[in-house]
Amino acid sequence: MKLFLSLLFRNRLAAFGAVVLAIIVILAVLTPLLPLHPPNATNTANRYLRPLADGHLLGTDHLGRDLLSRLLWGTRLSLAVGFAAALIAGLAGAAIGVMAGYFGGRTDNVTMRGIDMLMAFPYILLALAIVAVLGPGLLNALIAVAVVNIPFFARNIRGVTVGIAHREFIDAARLAGMGHARILLTEVVPNIVPVVVIAMSTTIGWMILETAGLSFLGLGSQPPQADLGSMLGEARSALITAPHTSIVPGVMILLIVMSVNLLGDGIRDALDPRLRSGALARPMAATRVDRRDVPPAQGDGLLTIDALDTQFQIGKRIYKAVNQVSLDLRPGECLGLIGESGSGKSVTALSVMGLVASPPGVITGGAVRLEGQDLIGAPYEVLRSLRGRRVAYIFQDPLSTLHPLYRIGDQLTEAIRVHDPVSHAEAHKRAVKLLEDVRIPNAAARMCAYPHELSGGMRQRVGIAMALANDPDIIIADEPTTALDVTVQAQILALLDELRQSRGLAILFITHDFGVVGQLCDRVAVMYGGRIVETGPTAEVLAAPAHPYTRRLIACVPELGQGQRVLAAIPGLPPAVDQLPDGCAFAPRCEKARAACKSGEIALTGATRKVRCLYPEEAHVARAENH
Amino acid sequence: MSLALKTTDLAKSFDIGKRLFGPPRAQVYAVRPVSLDVAQGETLGIVGESGCGKSTLARMLVGLSPPSAGEIEIEGRALDRADPAAFGRLIQYVFQDPVSSLNPRKTIRQIMEAPLRQLHGMRGAALEARIAELFDAVNLRPEFLDRYPHEFSGGQAQRIGIARALAASPRILILDEPVSALDVSVQAQVLNLLADLKVEFNLTYLFISHDLAVVEAVSDRIAVLYFGSVVETGPAEKVFAAPRHPYTKLLADSAPVVGRPLGGAQSGELPDPLNPPPGCAFAGRCPRASALCRAEVPRLRAIEGDQFAACHHPRDA
Ligand SMILES: Nc1ncnc2c1ncn2[C@@H]1O[C@H](COP(=O)(O)OP(=O)(O)OP(=O)(O)O)[C@@H](O)[C@H]1O
Ligand code: SF4
Ligand code: SF4
Ligand SMILES: [Mg+2]
Repeated sequence: MKLFLSLLFRNRLAAFGAVVLAIIVILAVLTPLLPLHPPNATNTANRYLRPLADGHLLGTDHLGRDLLSRLLWGTRLSLAVGFAAALIAGLAGAAIGVMAGYFGGRTDNVTMRGIDMLMAFPYILLALAIVAVLGPGLLNALIAVAVVNIPFFARNIRGVTVGIAHREFIDAARLAGMGHARILLTEVVPNIVPVVVIAMSTTIGWMILETAGLSFLGLGSQPPQADLGSMLGEARSALITAPHTSIVPGVMILLIVMSVNLLGDGIRDALDPRLRSGALARPMAATRVDRRDVPPAQGDGLLTIDALDTQFQIGKRIYKAVNQVSLDLRPGECLGLIGESGSGKSVTALSVMGLVASPPGVITGGAVRLEGQDLIGAPYEVLRSLRGRRVAYIFQDPLSTLHPLYRIGDQLTEAIRVHDPVSHAEAHKRAVKLLEDVRIPNAAARMCAYPHELSGGMRQRVGIAMALANDPDIIIADEPTTALDVTVQAQILALLDELRQSRGLAILFITHDFGVVGQLCDRVAVMYGGRIVETGPTAEVLAAPAHPYTRRLIACVPELGQGQRVLAAIPGLPPAVDQLPDGCAFAPRCEKARAACKSGEIALTGATRKVRCLYPEEAHVARAENH
Repeated sequence: MSLALKTTDLAKSFDIGKRLFGPPRAQVYAVRPVSLDVAQGETLGIVGESGCGKSTLARMLVGLSPPSAGEIEIEGRALDRADPAAFGRLIQYVFQDPVSSLNPRKTIRQIMEAPLRQLHGMRGAALEARIAELFDAVNLRPEFLDRYPHEFSGGQAQRIGIARALAASPRILILDEPVSALDVSVQAQVLNLLADLKVEFNLTYLFISHDLAVVEAVSDRIAVLYFGSVVETGPAEKVFAAPRHPYTKLLADSAPVVGRPLGGAQSGELPDPLNPPPGCAFAGRCPRASALCRAEVPRLRAIEGDQFAACHHPRDA
């Protein structure tokens, strides 16, 4: 709640709206207590007094009634009617939406067709029709306004409810023996309340306006009762001679609707979870760089990541997602990067081409060199010309690189032509060749397919074809097979391996599966809590892990062919990277931890095999001595 | 050995292209008639690729989705398919996504109370005591009870999900990919916990996963599903080590194993459910396929001992 208010008031316009609305509401509530003239007391001798006239602060109207008094009473009435209409429309619409969304099927079909029919009528016509049937009067105007707004709420809430009704906790409630009524009340409704509140706060202004409109036409409040619309309507005839009689209620309507809408938009934004993470600002084209010193260039690898630090700065918290990570990749080599969720694998990969979202991401140190050229802090133009052409990405979800509404063929030719201005025909030919290269059967025909027409495995092949479009030297593959079935995974891995050999590609392969690393990668780096804890040739690391974490991680993953067995679990959880312990991040879970492990910085030591541990595993030590 | 769970020709079809009135345009089978036996205290592993009907089968078994045909028997008694509470007391479900299976707006205590109140009518002190007992069983601290789901890690949330399932005091637990959403180091913790609970509460498990190694590590017996049908069943140590069905062989070869060259890279995909092939569903990808395979659906039959396969030309052991 405190967070909600602080977010709300960070938005100046919303705060302004809230203040204005609060003043108006307070005035409306206090109206009966204020020393005002009676709103309906006529005095034809004092017609059309100008504002600031004696005893009538805002003047009088055509019957000599006090405008200030009528304004406040009218505001009171208009606000009450607007809120009531919003409440009725919100509740009725939500009820319909919840029912339709929850029960689905025929119930849903029938109600939603009905709602569609209501929505097909122009708004105000429908309201007029309802009032025409019911007869003029404020209550009928309220009903009309509420009814025309029900479809909006019903549609909105139905959409949200469908999403919730398919969530697993609803199934869980059913299994716990709850009936439909109880599930609706205790499981569904609490989850849609915020949506209803948002929808109401953003529409209440319009409902006030619509009621005023009906009153203006003489269909709402009846004389002598004042509401803002009828005041405007009555003042119409004196628009030129006594403009203040129109301006006074007009300004009030403007103020109310404006303040309500500003506040409503503010509430909507403040309840939006995306804004909570501090992503209020527009994302930058490349990750923000804020580093003090640049490590000197060394070695001549194809891609060298050197002491890279990438952080997420959210409020006061600093998440050290990537912490002094160094890796190097040689031409034609496959380097595996393995670690558990949140260990920083993806952020490492995204940092290479400045793809980490900023804010909140910041690269605070280190260098990434592509054949000696530092990419960190390179101008966006340089990065863009390299993205895809020298370094290409493959993501876990190929839909994140494929646009759902374009044919895959068009997307591929587009990708080719971004970096290479060849003719359409030439690009098309190359695109077909690429699809053949990634073993898509019937490639020429598939060029016309949309992404959703392909199976997951096919889509990932297209993702690979996209990555290959500009013949890159390096492919960074972030868990490209995690979402795929084993048989499809095997196909994709074999394909990548073959492409590596035939094209001399260097691959940085991110995964959490030791089996995959063992089959595909020449070398492997193990990450834990944002740091590399061990690297070395894959076979050696897997056979004799040096870091206790690596050893225990391997031990707790079941491997096919070992039969039924008890697994050697690692107790505890991986560390949160915004509160890393001093010393070794694995110490709280390490059975070999000693006092020395819990302070200072532990270095990554060794030559071809490096390990970040004060007491590496014996098997490894023994091996190292034999060499 | 008595049977805990028995299904007879359990099947589920979905209507495609529903119309407001009149019959649907087409029907697809998500689960073709499946007959399975699970013995008391046994863990039956179910593997198969996405879309093969694993979750549909599981949802039928717990009463979340009414079968189109077939029977479910629990401990020798046929289940009343209309009453979810009747299922609830005998058979419970642990969900794949631990966080989304907990209502974000309820405290853990409220979540835990629901099955105890609804299925067992517990109230007051008895309720409190039972929750404490369950929480202890899954190694969670009692102070977690007053927190909300988003405050928990995946592993903790899955323990809560398991505790909630146990609250119904079921005889059988259906575990639908219970560790797929978890980190590998946490996965092992949850698997070990499940093994302990099984002994402690004398449970029978149906363990569904796409991860062959995990299934092999936890199961007594394994059933392999392909395109809605059981294509092979057998003891866990034999199914992947000596597969009889060519599809099981393909699965086993595809699983990444350290020190084995990349393999199983055979192309081909699941058949189109709207237009299923007349014979064996695997014929399009099968190296042993014959004319017989393309014409006649193979029935599940005993190949040797307790290893069954639905194949006209099973592999030799
Ligand atoms: N956009 C973001 N805003 C804030 N924090 C983030 C963001 N992206 C990642 N992080 C944090 O950075 C850390 C490293 O995340 P990263 O995505 O690199 O992990 P990973 O190793 O790729 O995990 P996974 O196996 O789940 O893909 C995590 O603590 C994560 O919460
Ligand atoms: S440094 Fe110490 S605590 Fe860390 S892994 Fe090595 S032995 Fe364990
Ligand atoms: S029945 Fe025929 S096609 Fe099907 S798996 Fe057996 S051999 Fe292959
Ligand atoms: Mg990742």
